[in-house]
Amino acid sequence: MTPPAAVNRSPDLHLLERFNDAAKRKIQSLQEFFVLAAKAIGFAFSRPFYRSDLIQQMDSIGVQSLPIVLLTGFFTGMVLALQSSVQLKTFGATMYIGRLVAASMIRELGPVLAGLMVAGRVGSGIAAQIGSMRVTEQIDALNTLGTDPIRKLVTPRVLAALIMLPTLTVINDFAGILGGNVIAMAYVGIPTSLYWRTVWEQIAGGGFIFKYIPNDFVHGLVKPFVFGGIISLVGCNFGLKTTGGTEGVGVATTRTVVTASILILVVDYFITQLLLAFLPT
Amino acid sequence: MTDDDRREGDGERRHPETPGTPGFRREADQDRIRAAIRKEIKADRPPDLPPTMEYRAHASNKIIELEHVYLGFERPILEDVSFQALSGETIVVAGESGTGKSTILKLLLRLLTPDRGEVYIDGDEITSLSFTDALRVRQKMGMVFQGAALFDSLTVYENIAYPLREHTTLGEDEIEARVREKLQFVDLDPDRVMDQPPSDLSGGMRKRVGIARGMANNAKIMLYDEPTSGLDPLTTGTITHLIIKLQRELGVTSIVVTHDIRSAFRMASRIAVLHDRKICFFGTPEEMSGSDDKYLRDFLGGF
Repeated sequence: MTPPAAVNRSPDLHLLERFNDAAKRKIQSLQEFFVLAAKAIGFAFSRPFYRSDLIQQMDSIGVQSLPIVLLTGFFTGMVLALQSSVQLKTFGATMYIGRLVAASMIRELGPVLAGLMVAGRVGSGIAAQIGSMRVTEQIDALNTLGTDPIRKLVTPRVLAALIMLPTLTVINDFAGILGGNVIAMAYVGIPTSLYWRTVWEQIAGGGFIFKYIPNDFVHGLVKPFVFGGIISLVGCNFGLKTTGGTEGVGVATTRTVVTASILILVVDYFITQLLLAFLPT
Repeated sequence: MTDDDRREGDGERRHPETPGTPGFRREADQDRIRAAIRKEIKADRPPDLPPTMEYRAHASNKIIELEHVYLGFERPILEDVSFQALSGETIVVAGESGTGKSTILKLLLRLLTPDRGEVYIDGDEITSLSFTDALRVRQKMGMVFQGAALFDSLTVYENIAYPLREHTTLGEDEIEARVREKLQFVDLDPDRVMDQPPSDLSGGMRKRVGIARGMANNAKIMLYDEPTSGLDPLTTGTITHLIIKLQRELGVTSIVVTHDIRSAFRMASRIAVLHDRKICFFGTPEEMSGSDDKYLRDFLGGF
């Protein structure tokens, strides 16, 4: 609906005003997102705490994502080994396949792929579920029955994602390295013992923090932790803001997957940059 | 009324989207409709229900009060809305679709706060309450949503038990007893429906479960958002009777938002009609059916 007063103003001013309004709305929605994040995490430390919801969410975010994470991890490891074997053959360095697979899986591909897969599977699910609760007034019903919907719905999902995404990533890394192992053994003819030795060389070569914790592991675990927060919060945020009936639920779901995936890839770069600065090899 | 008068009247009708709708043709029609409404009120009112006027005399304390409430988002929705509900009364808020009827319920629940004006629930001014205090006040109220808004992920039993688990320290036995009692009150067989997911129930049954959940905490105030919309005439009748039963047997104060004038007349102690963002009428069904106000007559014409 256009405000009738705008008719008499100059078109430039009108355009400027619309731009101003759009910018304000963007900033406001960003602010709402951070308020939601702060509340969701704050509620984890106060009563009442919905333990059964947390366990249920850990199951649906973590355990039920296991098959797709195992599958993507395994095949990514296989294709990494296959591609690098072609490249490394030209230098006669095929014995370093293990190093290459481990380096890419643990530091980058494991967290990012697990993040993207979970964003697709879980982020969309969160947005659709909370979104349909919003449009069928179930969110209002929670409020009416004296429950804070953020405490009941958002906090368990965010906590579950923060816990389960690093766990899934470790499994993903392991499946990938195992996939690489299969290819290295079957196609390239590298013995399993040599493969795993080179994997460990890579991990050790990355340096240690506190003497025993490999830097690679820090890289590989900080990222999925952040990604878990991104996926769950983006899903909850768009879900809670759903308007416009069932069609709105579809919009919220799409926006969640797109936004979460882009954020994962962008934030991944900045975390890497930061970690490289603080944890020099 | 001459033909010219009527044409002029038609010109300023408030339904620009349906310009072809004919107004009332003759005075005689008006009288017939009024008589029919009066008959309906008498016929449908349960015989042992005290007449509304008499009932009002008994109730004394104002349990719900809206004082000069203004609310708007992009455009104004409510302007200078005031009404009171006495304890034990059933107030029906009627009006055309999209006039902000449901908004009034959200104000009472403090899901929204007015731009100006005050809202009192049981003597407490609620617009300035903190979020936590608002959660506490909401426990005095039971809300029945338009689509029942039952939690899909829980069974019927868990839905009704939800407010009890949230706010009471009742044991499992007591919770089950309470759930059974409430299901029986709304004429549902506890053993048959308790373990079903809400999605397996019919619209009327969902609504009844919604009422059972709303009253689970023994709320003093029940709020209904379009309780009979989308139901067949028979189910509409049973839901209407249920609302009357709640008022009579438990002395609950009810606010019912509806555009179903027929059931409004059956259950209301008083009716508030919302039009053009304001309350254009607030009085008993008898006063409403006897009113000469043009808008009220048009509004009742749909009945």
